[in-house]
Amino acid sequence: MKRFLLFAIFLLLVAACAPQQPATLTVMTHDSFAASDSVIKAFEQANNAKVTFIKSGDAGAALNKAILSKDAPLADVFYGVDNTFLSRALAAGIYQPYDSPALKNIPAEFQLDSSNQALPVDQSYVCVVYDKAYFASHNLAVPQTLEDLVKPEYKGLLVMENPATSSPGLVFLLATVKHFGDPNYLGYWKNLRQNSLTVVDGWETAYYTNFSGSSGKGAQPLVVSYATDPAAEVMGAQTPPADSPVGVVLGPDTCFQQIEFVGILKGTKELALAQKFVDFMLSAQFQADMPGQMYVYPVVPNITLPDAFTKYAQIPSQPATLTPGEIAKGRDGWIQAWTDAVLH
Amino acid sequence: MRRKSNLRAFVPLWLDRPLLWFFPLSFLLILFFYPFFRILAYSFNVNTLTADNLNFAASVLLFTFYQAILSTLLTLVIGFPSAYLFARFDFPGKSILRALTAVPFMLPTVVVAAGFSALLGPRGWINLTLMNSFGLSAPPIQFIGTLGAILLAHVFYNTTIVTRLVGNTLSRLDPKLEHAARSLGANGPRVWWSVTLPLLRPSMLAASLLVFLFDFTSFGVILLLGGPRFSTLEVAIYTQALQFLNLPLAALLAFIQLLCTLIFSILYTRVVERSVVQTAPRSLLTHKAKTGREKIFVASFILLLSVLFILPMLALPLRSISRLDADRAQLGPIQTGLTLDYYSALFINARGSIFYVPPFDAALNSLIYAGATIVLSLLLGFPAASALAKPGRLEKILDPILILPLGASAVTLGLGFIISFGRLLTYPWLVPLAHTLVALPFVIRILQPALASIPDRLRQAAASLGASPFRVWQNVDWPILRRATLSAAMFAFTISLGEFGATSLLTRPDYPTIPIAIYRFLSQPGGLNYGQAMAMATILMALTAAGIFVIEKMRLPGAGEF
Repeated sequence: MKRFLLFAIFLLLVAACAPQQPATLTVMTHDSFAASDSVIKAFEQANNAKVTFIKSGDAGAALNKAILSKDAPLADVFYGVDNTFLSRALAAGIYQPYDSPALKNIPAEFQLDSSNQALPVDQSYVCVVYDKAYFASHNLAVPQTLEDLVKPEYKGLLVMENPATSSPGLVFLLATVKHFGDPNYLGYWKNLRQNSLTVVDGWETAYYTNFSGSSGKGAQPLVVSYATDPAAEVMGAQTPPADSPVGVVLGPDTCFQQIEFVGILKGTKELALAQKFVDFMLSAQFQADMPGQMYVYPVVPNITLPDAFTKYAQIPSQPATLTPGEIAKGRDGWIQAWTDAVLH
Repeated sequence: MRRKSNLRAFVPLWLDRPLLWFFPLSFLLILFFYPFFRILAYSFNVNTLTADNLNFAASVLLFTFYQAILSTLLTLVIGFPSAYLFARFDFPGKSILRALTAVPFMLPTVVVAAGFSALLGPRGWINLTLMNSFGLSAPPIQFIGTLGAILLAHVFYNTTIVTRLVGNTLSRLDPKLEHAARSLGANGPRVWWSVTLPLLRPSMLAASLLVFLFDFTSFGVILLLGGPRFSTLEVAIYTQALQFLNLPLAALLAFIQLLCTLIFSILYTRVVERSVVQTAPRSLLTHKAKTGREKIFVASFILLLSVLFILPMLALPLRSISRLDADRAQLGPIQTGLTLDYYSALFINARGSIFYVPPFDAALNSLIYAGATIVLSLLLGFPAASALAKPGRLEKILDPILILPLGASAVTLGLGFIISFGRLLTYPWLVPLAHTLVALPFVIRILQPALASIPDRLRQAAASLGASPFRVWQNVDWPILRRATLSAAMFAFTISLGEFGATSLLTRPDYPTIPIAIYRFLSQPGGLNYGQAMAMATILMALTAAGIFVIEKMRLPGAGEF
């Protein structure tokens, strides 16, 4: 046994000290990252490289792990910071700037970081999503606005994620801050609480356990989720249904725009390769792959979207936004005030 | 010198004390103490010690204690009679029921939450039945999001710990002791109280401690079934560290949690000291229920265990084979009935995703990690448990420390791994090492009483009859240890198979385990994703049940057992 253990330790030491492969690029992402095998293979072949992904939790957790490891980074590239956490990432100084030539194709509205440390990759909308069958069979009008949600006929119908533990929950809180202003948003939340709002830990629980429109057959027909869900439900169905089972509430500020960024982590030893990978994420090939894999919109214009996207995904005409600076200043305070108002 | 050579005559060479401790302690130092204290030192900040923060910590600590104590008591109330049931009685389907009660221990929380909500949720079977039969307009049972849900889920997860640990001792007890008490005129309860219970004390205490630590550090159950109104220390650490990036406060909470764990462990080792009993191993003790009382006990507990453990799990295989589009009626053609589509879909990378994993590969990865965890935790657990079985001064200090990894904050340890190991994190062998960290306290707790119970006189007798140390071990130690070893292996197996937190932090996406694959499916909308997640969860349950079944069967062949 002793010999075996010595041998095992020897193996571990060899594994630890062995020189790394010359062209391995490590990309840290949040859990929702997805891509086509063929697309990543194409990059690997073109650059004679191997790309390894590390999934590090939801958007907030992944960023905080990247910040924690900034002195000895786990990866070369970090994808998945959104506009709600952008300023924290920039303040922590985890990125090194990269003026990618691909940026010229991207509209200025997405380029929130003028120092080009964080480059926009995709955008999406967090919205209130509804179960079509429920409202049809109950002869109930679908709510149209944030104000509708506190009406008695919608009592107990909405489930959302805890803003302290979930990115869509936080984003929805931001939408109400934008719409009602600070501190009036808190009054709205107290009313929503009176109207039997359900709060759960994260998106998976909200969507699959609580939402009645998903396959989990939950109890609430309204969920805080994404504007692309109608398309995702069609694309992710066993046999494509004639129509999507879910719809999106598209009132003023019922949706909040979320933009996700990629950046090169300081201290990378594969700078050239990392830059190529960032260029690649902003290329037409990767941008066209994202909608079908991650259910998000490209930031590069004129990318052909999957059929189901054009047919079912809904783009809000009046989404709410706040600048990264406003979010940075208010975020933690809003979450705390929300927690006191809704949970305690 | 004389003493040493004397010892060598009875104990194999490698059982020498410093050597016994070298590997387990090095392992803990590198994989637990170094990363844990590194992150504490990195994060700790005196300015965190404000009245507000301390109040916050105190209130979270209070709830953590409260729910853990309640959960542990409930688990003992269910677990102790179950241990007795399995250890003393024969009934049809016993090994299957036994294997099934152990399955929840490794189920990912998200899957358990789905099961409970299918059973007890607002639109679950029970509420729907009640609403239909009594014409109610609202679901009568509020379950998800209550303290009751937390307690029930903890019982669901941890009863197997009590059943296994106490059951192990129960089935090893020398019936002559009870017979002797009876022949001296003691009645049934008296025998229990004065003979059996004291003999069970060490394993009951060990089981209570392990269950308590699991409840005390509960995370997924609190988040998913308790909901955001409840927070344990671990949940607060997670929120503070990973959402608010308030590392100093997270470190303060993690330190408090570690301190509490240390105190429990020390208390435990003080209480359990000297209560070890040496007993000769016995053969068959089980029998069919004979008296009326026995029959009622057996029947009612079989029913209780079936309802408590099998019903919540039943939702998963049921949902994995039923078309789920049925309820979304008005839209498109209605599809109902049974289907194996979700299983066949597992084999197809329909969307060409880079993160697709064929089910066999995921199962194979899981099994390889689980196999490595069994081997590693037994290799490290045996020497440590051997040393603890004959405790000296060193062991009294080390004993409580060995339990720490189980009660320490896993979130904090994960962050410690990040700053301590950097890019080494993506080496696949770190996964079984991390699983071993969780499994080791179990393996040690299970092996130690068995090792301590081996009567020295048996070893001496064997040696004096000319048996070599190995022969002594083979013919005296092993038959007694066999059952405990298999039990320990089973815990290592289930812990590894179900572990999610460390695995998700450590695995490269190219070697995902089954729990990782389940989360991948559940992270995107769509009926097919949900169905596949349920199918994967069913495969995980089947795999675990089969694994437990096989390990249990290995006990039966009589080889070596007296």
